[in-house]
This record gives sequence, C-alpha cells and structure tokens, in this order.
Amino acid sequence: MRIALFATCIVDAMYPATARATVKILERLGHEVVFPSGQACCGQMHVNSGYLKEAVPVVANHVAAFDTADYDVAVAPSGSCVASVKHQHPMVARSCGDTALEARATAVGAKTYELSELLVDVLGVTDAGAQLGSYFPHRVTYHPSCHGMRLLRLGDRQSRLLRTVQGIELADLPEADQCCGFGGTFSMKNADVSSAMLQDKADNVRSTGAELCTGGDASCLMHIGGGLSREGSPVTTLHLAEILASTMAEQASVAGEVRVSTGKATR
Amino acid sequence: MSTFLGMPSLPAFGSGNLFAGESFPKAAHRELGNAQLRANLGHATHTIRDKRINVVSELPDWEQLRDAGSAIKQSVMARLPELLEQFEENFTARGGVIHWARDAKEANSIVAGLIRDTGETEVVKIKSMATQEIGLNEYLEEQGIEAFETDLAELIVQLDHDKPSHILVPAIHKNRTEIRDIFLREMPGADPDLTNEPSVLAMAAREHLRRKFLTAKVAVSGANFALADSGTLAVVESEGNGRMCLTLPETLITVMGVEKLLPTWQDLEVFMQLLPRSSTGERMNPYTSLWTGVTEGDGPQNVHLVLLDNGRSAALADEMGRSALHCIRCSACMNVCPVYERTGGHAYGSTYPGPIGAILSPLLTGIEAEENNSLPYASSLCGACYDACPVKINIPDILVHLRSVDVDSKRGKKKVPSQMDVGMKAASWALSSGKRLGLVEKGLPLGRIAAGPDKKITKLPGIAGGWTQSRDIPAPPAQSFRDWWAKEHQTPDNTPSTNNKEAQP
Amino acid sequence: MSARDDILTRIRGALKDSPEAPEIPREYRSASQLDGDALIELLVDRLVDYKAQVAVVAEAEVPARIASLLEGARTYVVPAGLDDGWLAGLDGGGDGGAPGSRRDSRRRLDSPAQPLTVAELDGVDAVVTSSAVAVAETGTILLDGSPNQGRRAISLVPDHHICVVRAADIAGILPEALRRIDGTRPITMISGPSATSDIELERVEGVHGPRRLDVIIAR
Repeated sequence: MRIALFATCIVDAMYPATARATVKILERLGHEVVFPSGQACCGQMHVNSGYLKEAVPVVANHVAAFDTADYDVAVAPSGSCVASVKHQHPMVARSCGDTALEARATAVGAKTYELSELLVDVLGVTDAGAQLGSYFPHRVTYHPSCHGMRLLRLGDRQSRLLRTVQGIELADLPEADQCCGFGGTFSMKNADVSSAMLQDKADNVRSTGAELCTGGDASCLMHIGGGLSREGSPVTTLHLAEILASTMAEQASVAGEVRVSTGKATR
Repeated sequence: MSTFLGMPSLPAFGSGNLFAGESFPKAAHRELGNAQLRANLGHATHTIRDKRINVVSELPDWEQLRDAGSAIKQSVMARLPELLEQFEENFTARGGVIHWARDAKEANSIVAGLIRDTGETEVVKIKSMATQEIGLNEYLEEQGIEAFETDLAELIVQLDHDKPSHILVPAIHKNRTEIRDIFLREMPGADPDLTNEPSVLAMAAREHLRRKFLTAKVAVSGANFALADSGTLAVVESEGNGRMCLTLPETLITVMGVEKLLPTWQDLEVFMQLLPRSSTGERMNPYTSLWTGVTEGDGPQNVHLVLLDNGRSAALADEMGRSALHCIRCSACMNVCPVYERTGGHAYGSTYPGPIGAILSPLLTGIEAEENNSLPYASSLCGACYDACPVKINIPDILVHLRSVDVDSKRGKKKVPSQMDVGMKAASWALSSGKRLGLVEKGLPLGRIAAGPDKKITKLPGIAGGWTQSRDIPAPPAQSFRDWWAKEHQTPDNTPSTNNKEAQP
Repeated sequence: MSARDDILTRIRGALKDSPEAPEIPREYRSASQLDGDALIELLVDRLVDYKAQVAVVAEAEVPARIASLLEGARTYVVPAGLDDGWLAGLDGGGDGGAPGSRRDSRRRLDSPAQPLTVAELDGVDAVVTSSAVAVAETGTILLDGSPNQGRRAISLVPDHHICVVRAADIAGILPEALRRIDGTRPITMISGPSATSDIELERVEGVHGPRRLDVIIAR
C-alpha cells in the first residue's frame, strides 16, 4: 500500500521524531510512505480561534497537497488534526461558498486516517510486539486525547496497541477521559482555567508512578509535558508512534528521540 | 403587515440576566481562587456525573431516544409559528389565557400586572430559568410584590442574597455547612441547634415554607414542556414544591420561552425519558405535573401563560446556532464540563452557565453585547458536552461558529489589530504553503539557542505568555521532519523526490 | 403591532431559510417484553429504590392492608370515587362487624360537591387513592384525577400517601403508560416520596410532598 504521511505542522516542526517513527512503523509493515511536500497544517488553530477567513488558504493548501498526490490512504499521527481534516475542512469550504473545494476536501477527509485507526482497522495490527517488533521496557501511562476519543471515536485502539508492546508496563491514568486543558489558543486566552485543568492532569499522571505519559496527539503531549517540566517533574511525554517504533535493537529513550533510519523510499 | 415583507429586519435581541458583566477569563480568575468553591463543585459534579452514566447505560435505546429528541426539536424550530398558534388555540379553548412578551421588560410587567389584578402582594415561585432570565423577582420587589422561591436550592440562594450558579442545582457552589449557616442567619425562627445534615436542612425548609404553600393565592412557574396538540403544560420537579404551587393557589402564572413546545403528546414519551436521566441522574424525577388550561374543581381556576421571546427569535435566525434552542435545561453539559467544574456558574455572568450558556447567552443577546463575546472562548472544545447532551446539541461546533462571528464582528472596526489578529494572519501565510512553512522551519535552531542549556523555553511575551505561565516549551529540534525527509529522499540528480505538484518546477 | 404578531413575524423572519422539519426517527422501544410477575417485580424494585414502602397482595387482601397502614393515622382522606370495598377493613369497628355497618370516624371524604379546605387537608394524616397506570421500568405511578384518585390536592397535602396500583395497570415502559391515559386530564406522575438532591447532590427523601409513600400492588 502507498501511504501518504500528513506529518502535521507541530510534529513537522517540533517533534520530527514522531513522524520518523510513523514512517518506520509503516515501512516495517512493508508499505511505501510518501510525503506530499506541499503540506503544511490542517488549519484547526485558525478555525477553532474563529479566524475562518484566515483558515481558508490553509485548508485549501492541505486539500491541494493531498488530492493530487498518488496514494492509497493518508495517515497522521494526530487524532485532532485528522478530525479537523475530516470534519472541519468541508465546513470551512462551505463557509466561503466554495463547493468544489468542499467536494475535494470531503474526498481527502475520507482517505485520511489517524495512526492507530490505520494500524488497527486497515493494516490489521493486533499485536504490536509480534507484528512491529515493538519493545519498550518502561512504566507508561496513557492519555486518550479528546478529539481522538470523541470526534474520531478511536475507542481503545491506541491503548490496545500499547498493551501489546513487549516489555511495557501500562499504568491506568485516573480520570483519563478528562481534557488536559490544551484546547489550542484556549491555553492562552483562558490560561488560568487551562492551567487548572493541566494541574489535575499532571497530578493524575504523577499518581500512576509512570516514567512517561504517552498519547496520540503531540499537541496535548506538549501541553502535559510542558506542565510536568515546569513542576520539575522527571516524568516526560512521548508520542505512541515512538513507542510502537521502538524495538529491542533500536530503543526509544524515555526522553524521546528514537534513532530511526529509514531506507530510501522506492518508487 | 405588508411593509415587513421582504424587508431585512434587525434581530430582536434579549435583555435581562443574560450578560457576562466582565470577561470570562477575568471572572474565572477570581472564581478559581476560591478553594472551597472548587472543592464543592468538584464533589458535586463528579457525583452527578456518575449517577447520570449509571442510569443512562441502563437503557438499551438511549441513542435512539437522543436521535428522536434531536429530530423532534429540529422539527419544532422549523414549524415554530404554526405550533405556537396551535398551542395557543388549544390552551385558550381550555380556559387558559395567553400573553406574549417581546422581551424581559414586557414579560415582567405582564406578570406584575396579573398579580396586581388579584390584589395579592405575595407569590410563591417554582424554580424557573425563564423567570431568572428576565429578573422577575427583582422587578416584583420594586413593584412591592414579594416572591418566595420554594425550591430548596433557590431558597438557599435567595436567603443568601446570592445568584444561582447551576441550572438544576442553583446552590451547587455551597456545601452543607455553608447552607446551615445561611439558614441560621437568614431564616426566621430557624432552630439554633440546626445541624448540617442534608435531611435536617430539608426539614427546616419544609417548616419554613409550609405556611406559605397553604395560604398562597398566586403562584409563578416556568414550564419544561408545552404540547401543541393539546395545550398541555408540564413541570418536572422533585420536592413537591412544584405540586404545591401548581395545585393550591387560585391563580397560576407560567412564564415560558417560545421554544419549549413539543408537537404532540407522544413526544413526551421521549423527553420524559431523556430529561430525568440527564439532569438528576434518576430513572424518573419524583414528581411531574401536567395541566391543560383550567380543570374545574382541581387546581388554579385562573391560569395564565406568558410566552417569551427575549432574543429567541434572534437565536433562531442564526442557522448554525439555532439548535441551541433545543436545550431542555437538563444541565448534563455543565456537569461534564471541565471548565465549569473549575470555575462554577457565576463566572459566566448569565443565568445560563456552562457550555450551553456559553452559546445560548451570546445567541440571545448578540455577540457584541457587554462581555458576552468572551463566552464562546470558555471551552477547550473537548466535546464532553456534546456527548452528554440528550438532544445532541453540537455545542463545540456552535462555540467555534460564534468565535468566528465574534472575530468577523470586529473586522475593520479596530484601528489597531490585536496580537491574536496579527498572529493568525501571519500563521495563515506560513501555514498555507509547504514551502513557506519549510522556510519558517529553517529558524528552528534559533529556538534552540533561546531555549539555552536547559533545553526549554520558560517565558514568552504577549498572549503567548499565557502558555508559559504554567508550561515550558521544549527546545525545538535541530531539523524539521520536512528537512530530514528531503535529505533522506534525494534523487540521483540531487533534487528532492516529489509527490506533489507544488514542488514541481 | 401586538406583541403576538410582532413575535410571530420575528420568528417567521428568522426561518426565512425554510429549514426542513425532519421525519422523527422513533427507533426507541415502544413497548417492553415484560409481563405478569416480571412487571410487578421490576416495579417493586424501582419503588424500593426510591424508598417507597411496597406490598404486593391479592386483591382481596387490599382492605386489610390499607387498614393496617392506617393504624397510626388519626384522620385520613379518601376521594369520593374510591372503591368502597377497599375501605371495608376500616369500617364496622374493627371487630369483624359487617363491612359498612359503621363508618370509620377517622375518614374524611373529598368530593367535587364538598371539597375539603386546604386547612382541613393539612390537618389529616394520610390519604388513600387508586391510580391510573404505573411504569415498571421507572417506578412511576400516574394519577389522572379520576374519581378514585380525586383532585390533585388530596394526594399532596397529607404527609402519608397510600396508593393502590392494580397489576393490570402496570406498563413496562413509559411510552406504553402514556398511551393509556388522556393527557388533557390533570396528571401527576409520582416516582417515590418527595425528595431533594439540592445539598451536595445527596438525595434526601421527604420535603414538601408526602414524606411517606406506601404502594399496594393488587394482583
């Protein structure tokens, strides 16, 4: 299968290791990964902040990058950005009366998957240890991000994959379904409430005794990790793609930055 | 009449207790500082959340009931003029009298007039969001009419000269000891040995109100539902104060928003399953009363209904936002909301707090009224409210819609664009092209320098300072993924491989 | 323009996009699969959960049950249309005399012709009524003001409500029950004694409505 990677802007710029891990996982399963180079961002920050007009070119760019590239399915290591592509893009196109863009956005959305969704539903991964060689001998807790949980209905796909990683010790996160308080510009506009939510999330993470907190969204992990770091906590965050990509031979460190080298894409 | 046809009419916004007097972040900052409040709210919202989940998961057809409830309300909005006329005809035929009120002021003066006509200067009241919204009690007081709230929580709030902070449990922000103290301080003849046991406090309220119920000549209520095909009104309650008010007085005045209609008797079977489980987390609330106009020999013989617009027609005109009017005031959204849980209801200013309030208040008043434009931002968009809503109001989508209404309302009006405006414009430029984002990413090493040896950024200027008030930012990587990919995938002629037309020469 | 016309004009204006009124999907349950003893068992379970007192008795034992529940009452009220036979256990002096031979002096009759005043109702200890229909799944009893239930005030003001539910009147779920009654009558749906959860969400039974609810299920 030819899989187009939508890295998402935050992973591209801040957490490239997460995107490299995603590539690694997919190539390990024997698939070809392509990176449509026109891609930038899903535009969710603009939409969710009310800047619909400013979101239009961002959405149009994403649609242009992904409706011309030659691939079977697209994948992103983010529930939130995939939800935006699927649900917000057609709405943004509609809001500016561009019916052609709306149709193209809908088509792109239909082909776009969140990573765990692709692995479980399309690629049939049921045992990460056996099928991906995933090995990560650490005590880990898992935060299911809101948009993956409620907009994409990912259910237990991510935690099921994590549970099958060899060597992992998965500690249940109390009040896991509660928002970490990120919410994009909410974290700045309503910094006090956001911080109060984060405080409770960080307390819950620490109560598990885990070395790190994982999840499927780099933005939420940056938020939780930023709070833990500010507290001086040794607990860090790491995207689940990096845990799945970690093997006995190439172990991801708890601090992130798995050393991943991929073969050159063959065309 | 004909002069109105085809003319674009301005929306008629609502008035009364619908406004955030100060911006949400400011109010939230103050409320967050009250540790007792946060403890009370955390305890209460978690208790009711668990109860709701238990009784909802008991029903095999909960989702089907939600689908039906949502469609019924959608249908009500689409057919509202016709259903209002049908209701009016039926209610009137059964001896009820209908009054129409454009706004809070008109509704208040109608109610006061009806009370004056009876010669009474005291009324008993059933908890009602509509009368809270129009500020009826305050108005009646000015007119020399005393209104006694009879719902326990409303009584607590009234005795404390406080404001409700929750739709269902107006005194949710008070714990038992605080309530005991309010009773001792404000309730005439309260037993000085009163304990803080909820059952003891409930009995004190019973003693306090019993004489009022038995002698009141006029009652004022809201209504949960109105059935168009029969002219029937319904009040859903727990304590029996509602039954007292609806049954014993000679005159009953009900104030109800125009959106509360249900088309048929059959629709009640849907809503009476959705509402109790969503609101109190019970299979059924203790008491529901239904009355159709006047029944000879049973209950009040003077029955009035004030139908209230107060901004509802304006909310209805917003195609994206109109489904906020589907709300049945169950409060499930606020009980699951992580923002409400921490700030409480007072931070929202309006009678309607929580996620529903954050959309309903600005829809009723217009986004530009007072500080109501800060309300749609009072959400992390986590979506818990949408999942809990028994009539499937897509609150997160409406929040986002109203944010864009807010942003658009300011376009071209401000002399100097805000930091957010500038940032969003710049981000739109950078994020609408892979090449431009790639260029910006070339600056990542600068961020590494800024982060210093700790590899974290701890202080940012301007609005981004909101982030660094409680969060660090990690040092950016030396190289973006895009860069890494391009280098890894260089083709023999030394240009990066392309799978996208934008990169083609 | 009158407020009425003004508001209706505003609403019509607000709907100028002519939104569609969708078909209502009624995929939810319209009837339960339960009958007979299962219905009774479920109703009892729900009522007990609400802290109501429940007894399931044979129809013939209803009078004795009522008599025993009223033992401590100084006075009680009944609606004029209540089944006389149900009160048989109270008449005749309680020593096995013929039913109806001597009317129980504690009884107050409420009828449309001679309704009790509110003050009088406040002075009685208990009320006995029949019921229109009950919902097993939610533990709800519906009164519709029929002669055997009386006007709403009599089942409200006295502090102890004894309510008889015939087994045949038990429906499984709410839609079945609502189909059996006339919605334009004055209706009270009762699910347990009055209660409040207004203080810390802790449920307390007994506020303004009857603090004691005794349900007699007659089969």
